Amino acid sequence: MTSLKTALPLVAAMSLAAPAWSQTDPSDWEAVTAAAEGQTVYWHAWGGSTATNDFIAWIGDKVAEEHGVTLEHVKLSDTGDAVTRVLSEKQAGADEDGAVDLIWINGPNFAAMKEAELLFGPFAEALPNWQYVDVDGKTVQTDFTVSTDGYEAPWAMAQVVFMHDTADLEAPLPSAESILEWAQANPGRFTYPQPPDFLGTTFLKQTLIELTDDNEILSKPESEADFQAVTAPLWDYLDALTPVLWRQGQAYPSTGPAQLQLMADEEIDLAISFSPGEASTAIANNQLQPSVRTFVLEDGTLGNASFVAIPYNSGSKEGAMVVANALMSPEAQLRAQDPDILGYGTVLSMEKLPEADRAAFEALDLGVATLSPAELGTVQPEPHPSWMTRIGQEWIERYGVVQ
Amino acid sequence: MLGPVAAGLAGTLIPAFGYLPAAGLTEWSLDPFRSLLEWPGLVPAMRLSITTGLLATMLSLAAVTLLFAGWSGTRAFRLLERLLSPLLSVPHAAMAFGLAFLIAPSGWISRALSPWVTGWERPPDLLIVQDGWGLAMVAGLVAKEMPFLMLMGLAAMGQADATRRMRVAQAAGYGRVTGWLKTVFPAIYAQIRLPVYVVLAYSMSVVDVALILGPSTPPPLSVQVVRWMADPDLAMRLTASAAAMVQLGLVVAALLLWRCGEWAVARIGLAWIARGGRGRSADQLLRPLGVVAGGFSALTVLGGIACLAVWSLAGFWGFPDALPQGLDLRSWARHGPSAWGSAGDTALIAAISTGLALFLVIGCLETEYRRGRALTQAGLWLVYLPLVVPQIAFLPGLQTLFLTFGLTAGMVPVITAHLVFVLPYVFLSLGDPWRAWEPQNGVVARALGTSPAGVLWRIRLPMLIRPILTATAVGIAVSVGQYLPTLLAGGGRVATLTTEAVALASGGDRRAIGVYGVAQTMAAMIPFAAALLIPTLLWRNRRGMHG
Repeated sequence: MTSLKTALPLVAAMSLAAPAWSQTDPSDWEAVTAAAEGQTVYWHAWGGSTATNDFIAWIGDKVAEEHGVTLEHVKLSDTGDAVTRVLSEKQAGADEDGAVDLIWINGPNFAAMKEAELLFGPFAEALPNWQYVDVDGKTVQTDFTVSTDGYEAPWAMAQVVFMHDTADLEAPLPSAESILEWAQANPGRFTYPQPPDFLGTTFLKQTLIELTDDNEILSKPESEADFQAVTAPLWDYLDALTPVLWRQGQAYPSTGPAQLQLMADEEIDLAISFSPGEASTAIANNQLQPSVRTFVLEDGTLGNASFVAIPYNSGSKEGAMVVANALMSPEAQLRAQDPDILGYGTVLSMEKLPEADRAAFEALDLGVATLSPAELGTVQPEPHPSWMTRIGQEWIERYGVVQ
Repeated sequence: MLGPVAAGLAGTLIPAFGYLPAAGLTEWSLDPFRSLLEWPGLVPAMRLSITTGLLATMLSLAAVTLLFAGWSGTRAFRLLERLLSPLLSVPHAAMAFGLAFLIAPSGWISRALSPWVTGWERPPDLLIVQDGWGLAMVAGLVAKEMPFLMLMGLAAMGQADATRRMRVAQAAGYGRVTGWLKTVFPAIYAQIRLPVYVVLAYSMSVVDVALILGPSTPPPLSVQVVRWMADPDLAMRLTASAAAMVQLGLVVAALLLWRCGEWAVARIGLAWIARGGRGRSADQLLRPLGVVAGGFSALTVLGGIACLAVWSLAGFWGFPDALPQGLDLRSWARHGPSAWGSAGDTALIAAISTGLALFLVIGCLETEYRRGRALTQAGLWLVYLPLVVPQIAFLPGLQTLFLTFGLTAGMVPVITAHLVFVLPYVFLSLGDPWRAWEPQNGVVARALGTSPAGVLWRIRLPMLIRPILTATAVGIAVSVGQYLPTLLAGGGRVATLTTEAVALASGGDRRAIGVYGVAQTMAAMIPFAAALLIPTLLWRNRRGMHG
């Protein structure tokens, strides 16, 4: 597709954006909190999860109490809507006090906004709670291999797990090959969200990592590799899998939550998730049957971090930084990891935490369907974002237009 | 209307040729169209848009016509008429969601019959929802468009002199259905022609219903436009704009096709009328068919709402349980307060934008009447353009226009954006009944010494109170249902029931969707109920006013 030619310079040629203008130096925290007092922060974040919405409301109460910052959650159905807004503002020359103060953002959106100089920063590593962040053990300074350079602050860790209904599929499946074998023996009981949905493409990447011999090549842009040769095992695999998928691959659930609903409706027995605690939280919320458990593949699964970023034209950058800092606080991280509330993995390092906080994390019951950090095993790094784009397009051409 | 429409279209047209400076893309080219042509799903997606749109429009028009022909004036018809307001006020997305749950292999019907009838311990792997032909989507659209066309037809009936025409036809020995088709239908269709066009354009470019009920491999073109528009790669917005222009072309082509069809039907119909067949035996077949069609629409939409209501109260509800394991108010306690909070803003925006639209439309129609000159064809197209252009492609351009005028966020831009979409619907609901008003009434009043303003205020507006209230209700329902205009123009700072509902729906949490779907329905239902009730009360002693 032609878009590839135009997309590559956007994502790949990472010229460093000049630091955007700001009233307050992020490293002068006292000045930041003083300026933040009384500000209203409009946080544009996906609003599809009741559990996340409740957590964001709790963060809002916390920053209001501690710093006098009012947090308004703008519930999006797609992060792209917030990007559109900032883009339109830049187009119209509205460079001050834009509508968006904070965005919950993921890899490709971040890469595109950073490249188009739509972000404020660097700020993340100047925040006080950055001292607790696990910079060595977790991928908090790169987002899909793109360096964050302090333009976004991490607030949750995600890792691929597979959810299985133990009433129908008792034992974990150790590899992509065994998933295929099981699917062939049980046709119509497995599916994945339709690419280019984020989770659907994640399934493709996870399978590619499983099937390919050389994972090193995936960390470089796909243009430097022989794309067809590297991905051939993936397409062979999908050719075998598609006829035994739910609805024979003629229809797919549109998103991760839609896929979760299929599991609750007993239509499928196996599903992919990007949050190790999602199953436990869904069981607690009556959204999933209590017989669901999770597993990871023997060779490890993909992992990455969720971030927040501040648009270049936010009028409440200080307030937004206060919120980003509050999200990284031990108290908020502990709450986010509680499966009854959110079940998201923490971005903090246990060694760096004060004794009391560490004890609280250790005492946390991770929930009936959540694996312990040790059981989660090896975390595989994300491939370069160009792979995600290209695999998504290739998938559409092969399986997305079957009629 | 010229300003917003032109800006919106320019905002679509220019990126379609590769120019989007905010994303650093400043090279004019045909690449967006080339990349669109390289998308292998283009032909099937275009075909789907056309077939589902035409099929849904034909079926809903045919069903409404049969219902009117066979049953207007009867008690059964009045019952359906009363059911209409809840039917119309159910938001499209909520209805689609309810319908999907009703007919899916793991849905309510299947649950109710399993395992004792079907023997299913687990849902069968059947492609019912999201079928490749888009039939589930057509069913959803027909169920939802029928009440709209019926309401438009009811508003037109008063000005079509239906009772007298039918009396003459029946005196001449015509059957009920045949007589109605031959004598009343031509007068009614002339008045509801534009609403039918809108149904066609809407069915072809609908996004939310298509997302829930339509096929996805590939989806109809409109859904793909939205996907590209939301793509993280900003360059894909150019492809989206190009696709939106193609979509616009498709809609225009389908409208032309429909126009040709009208002409053909008129020719054939004239010959059929001239032959003078009385068609008495047709009644036995066609009358029940009309009731089945009306019942389908009512049951589908009400069944969908019932699904939503039950889910809003449900504990865990697995297959094949016919009802949830427990009922509780947890979901209402969780979402109720914020739904109540956004209901206030929703009502305020709907009231102001509909009030403005009514003022403008009546002003425009009255000017047209006094000058004796109808709005030109080009002018009509301008008014209706916002309904024909896919919203997602049109709105970013509109948003840029607002920002240029310093309308950055908040209520004013939201109300303005709503006006762009409410105005055409109000114009469309009111225009034909307004023009069909018997001008002799005005001539008589003038002869008795009333001023033109007096004629308007004391004769015309009271006589047209039913279509005016109907137009108001339609306007409010349209405003309540707006998602993208509210989100984009309001900068996310104005939360209505619909913005909250769509955000939650993206997460697929049926309980949350249930709460908001029920709340949304209530918000739109009250004005419709009023539109039916108020004229009845006002005219309880004016027999001639009950069309």
